[in-house]
Amino acid sequence: MAVAEFDIPEIRDDIEVPKLREGVMAHSRTFPAAQPIQDYLGYPHELSEDWKERAIDKMGDLLGKYRSLKVFLDICVHCGACTDKCHYYLGTSDPKNMPVARQDLIRQVYRRYFTTTGKLFPKLVGAKDLTKEVLDDWYNYYYQCSECRRCSVFCPYGIDTAEITMAGREILNHVGMGQKYSNEILTKVMKIGNNLGLPGPALRDTLEGLEEDIEADTGVAVKMPLDVIGAEVLLITPSADFFSEPHVESLIGYAKVLHAAGTSWTLSSAASEAANFGLFTANYEIMRKVAMRIRDEALRLGAKRIVVGECGHAWRVAYSFWNTLTGIGYGGNDPFSIELQKQLDPAYPQPQHICELTNDLIKSGKIKVDPSLNDDLVVTYHDSCNVARASRMGTEPGGQFIIPRELIKSVVNNFHDMADGTIGESTFCCGGGGGLLTDDLMEVRVKGALPRVTALNNVVKEHQVNFMAMICAICKAQFTKVLPKYGFDMSMVGGVHQLVSKAIKLD
Amino acid sequence: MSTVTMIYAGMFYVATLLLVVGLIYKIYDYSRTPAPLLIPTTPAPTKQAGVVYRMAKEVVVFESLFKSNKWIWIFGYLFHLGLFLVLARHLRYFTQPVWFWVDIVQPFGKYASIMMVVGLTGLLVRRFVVDRVRYISTPSDHLMLLLLIAIGVSGMLMTFVVHTDIIALKVFFMGLMYLDVQPLPQDPILMVHLALVATLMVIFPISKLLHAPGVFFSPTRNQIDNPREHRHVAAWAARLDQRN
Repeated sequence: MAVAEFDIPEIRDDIEVPKLREGVMAHSRTFPAAQPIQDYLGYPHELSEDWKERAIDKMGDLLGKYRSLKVFLDICVHCGACTDKCHYYLGTSDPKNMPVARQDLIRQVYRRYFTTTGKLFPKLVGAKDLTKEVLDDWYNYYYQCSECRRCSVFCPYGIDTAEITMAGREILNHVGMGQKYSNEILTKVMKIGNNLGLPGPALRDTLEGLEEDIEADTGVAVKMPLDVIGAEVLLITPSADFFSEPHVESLIGYAKVLHAAGTSWTLSSAASEAANFGLFTANYEIMRKVAMRIRDEALRLGAKRIVVGECGHAWRVAYSFWNTLTGIGYGGNDPFSIELQKQLDPAYPQPQHICELTNDLIKSGKIKVDPSLNDDLVVTYHDSCNVARASRMGTEPGGQFIIPRELIKSVVNNFHDMADGTIGESTFCCGGGGGLLTDDLMEVRVKGALPRVTALNNVVKEHQVNFMAMICAICKAQFTKVLPKYGFDMSMVGGVHQLVSKAIKLD
Repeated sequence: MSTVTMIYAGMFYVATLLLVVGLIYKIYDYSRTPAPLLIPTTPAPTKQAGVVYRMAKEVVVFESLFKSNKWIWIFGYLFHLGLFLVLARHLRYFTQPVWFWVDIVQPFGKYASIMMVVGLTGLLVRRFVVDRVRYISTPSDHLMLLLLIAIGVSGMLMTFVVHTDIIALKVFFMGLMYLDVQPLPQDPILMVHLALVATLMVIFPISKLLHAPGVFFSPTRNQIDNPREHRHVAAWAARLDQRN
C-alpha cells in the first residue's frame, strides 16, 4: 500500500512551540471501514439522506448520557492554555490539532443546534452549521488525537479533549463513517477473542513454542498455562505479547516471575486480549461487551486474582472501568457484582497490574533478581499516557509513576529519567495510541512522536541512554516503527518485564 | 417616578430573573446528567477530602492554569482576584447596615479595580498578539473582555474621577430589593455602568461564563479515584447489568 511521502521533522535541542500553519494536515485521512465491519458493529457504512439529522440526534443523545461532554462543550473560555500542549500540534503545527480547536470542531456545531446564542447569533459565537465539509474535518482531525489526556492536565477546568474525540468518532460511526483500523479490530476481538484474530489452537501452539524457548534458554521448565480451571491468577495481556518483538520478551518475563513466585496462573484463549478498542469511541455498550469476556472467563476458570499485563489503554479500561462495566473489583452490592466478588481474593486489588505484582514480590524478597545482568543497558522510562493520566497503581496517587520505576531500578543499575515536563503527568504520548497505530496514519504518528523523541534524544546525548522501557504494547509497536525514522535503533525499545526477565533468578 | 428609573428598575428585575433562572436551570441540567465512568485526570485524590482540596486549589489559586501558562495565569488571576475584591466592596449597596468585613474591604476593592482592568487588558492583548490564541478567538471572546473592561473603566471613572451620588444609588438598589422603587440618580456614567452590568447578568447563563458553576461539575476534577474499591455505575448503565 502506497503511503504518502512526508518530511521527518528535525530533532532540536528542545521541544519548540511552532507558529501555526493552517491546513497543513488537512490531507490526512485514515482508511474508512467497509460495510461488513460496520454491519457487524451495528453502524451504517455510508451517509444516508438524513445523515445530518442522525448526527445531531446522536450528539443530543451523547450530551444526555455523558456529563463530561455537556460540561466541557459549555465551559471552555478559549484561554489558549492548552494550545501548546498537544504533541500533534507540536509535531505538525496544524492549528486544528490544538486541543481547543479540535474540540471547537464539535463545539461550533453544538452551539448552532443546542444553544440560544448559537441559534440566534451564530457568527458572534463561532457557531457553524453541520455540513459535509465539517463532517470530513471531524473524520480528519478526530483521527489525529490519541486520546492521551495531556490537555486535561493543563486546562484550568480539566477539559479532556479525549472525551470530545470519543464523541466525535461515535457520531461519525453513527452516520456511516467508521475507521477501518479500530472497527476491524473490534470485530476480531468480539468474534475470536483477541485483536489479532488468533484462534485458540494457534495460541496454544505459540505458547508451547515459547515454553520450549525458555527452557532451552534458562534450563528451567517455565510454563505458559492456557485455560487452566482453578488457577489462582488469570493473566490478561495484550495479544501483541504473544507474537511481536519486543512484546514477547515481557510475556516471558511475566511467566518467569509467576514461576519464581510459585503462583499458579493461566492465560485464557477466549479472553486473550487485554486491549479494548471500545474505549476509543463513546460507545459504552461495545466497550462493555469487549470487557465482558474477561468477567465470563474469570467466572468460568474460578480465578481468585485478575492481573493485567503491559498494555496502556487496557490498563486504563481495567483499572478505571472494569469494575463499572463488568464487576471486576470491590464495593458493588448488587447481584451482578457479588457473583464475581465472592470468588476474588480480597488480599489483592482487583484487577492488579503485573508491575504491582512483580514489584511486591521483589520488595518482599519472594523473588530474587540480579541487576548486574542488565549492566549493558542505560535505561530510561517512558510513562505511557493512559497509565499516567487515567490510572493508578498501588494505594497512593502517582503510584503509576513510582512503581514501574522502582521495579526498573531493582533490576537495572543505570537509570535516568527524561526531562520533568515530559514525564509523569506531563508525559508525551508516543503518538500512536487511541486508534492511530496504522500505516495510513504514519505521517501523524511520526510527527506526533517528535516531543517524546526530542526528550529521549537529550538523555541519549547526556547519559548515553540506550534503552527506553515502557509498559504499553502500542507504545512498543509505535516506537519500534518510528524511532528508526528518527535515526534510533529499534532495539532501544522494550518492556519493563523484558528487563525483569534478564535479571530474574529462577532457581 | 421618572421613565429612566422605571426602565432601569425593570431592566434589573428582568436581568436578575434571567440570571437566576438561567443558572438554576444549567446547574440542574449538569447535576442531572450522569457521569457513567470514572475519569479523573490522574494522579487524582483517592478520598473525598482530597477532591475537595483539589477543587479548592483550582478555584482559589488556579493550579492547573499555573502549571500550564504563567502569562494567562497572571492576567487571569489579577482579573479574577480584582473582580472578587470589587464585588465584595459593592456589597455596601445591598446591605444595611454594611457588614463589618465589607467595610474593611473598601480600600482594597478600590485599587483592585486597577488590577482587574490590567488583567483583562492583558488577556485581550493576548488574543491579538499570540497566533494560537488569535486563531481560536471568536467575536464573542473579544466582546466579553471588552464588556468587562467597560464595566471596570466606567466604575473606576465614578470612583476616582467623577463621583456619583452613591447615597441615592444605595437607596435605589435597596428599594429594588424591597420592591419599593426609588429614583435612580441620572448620572450618565452610572447609567452606562448599570446597563452594561445588566447585560452581563443576562448573558451569564448563556455564555462561557458558565465555567463558574461548571468547573465544579468537571468529572476530571471532581471525581474520586477509587474505581477498584468502589463500584461506580450510572443508573442507565446499571440497567445493562440486569439484562445480563
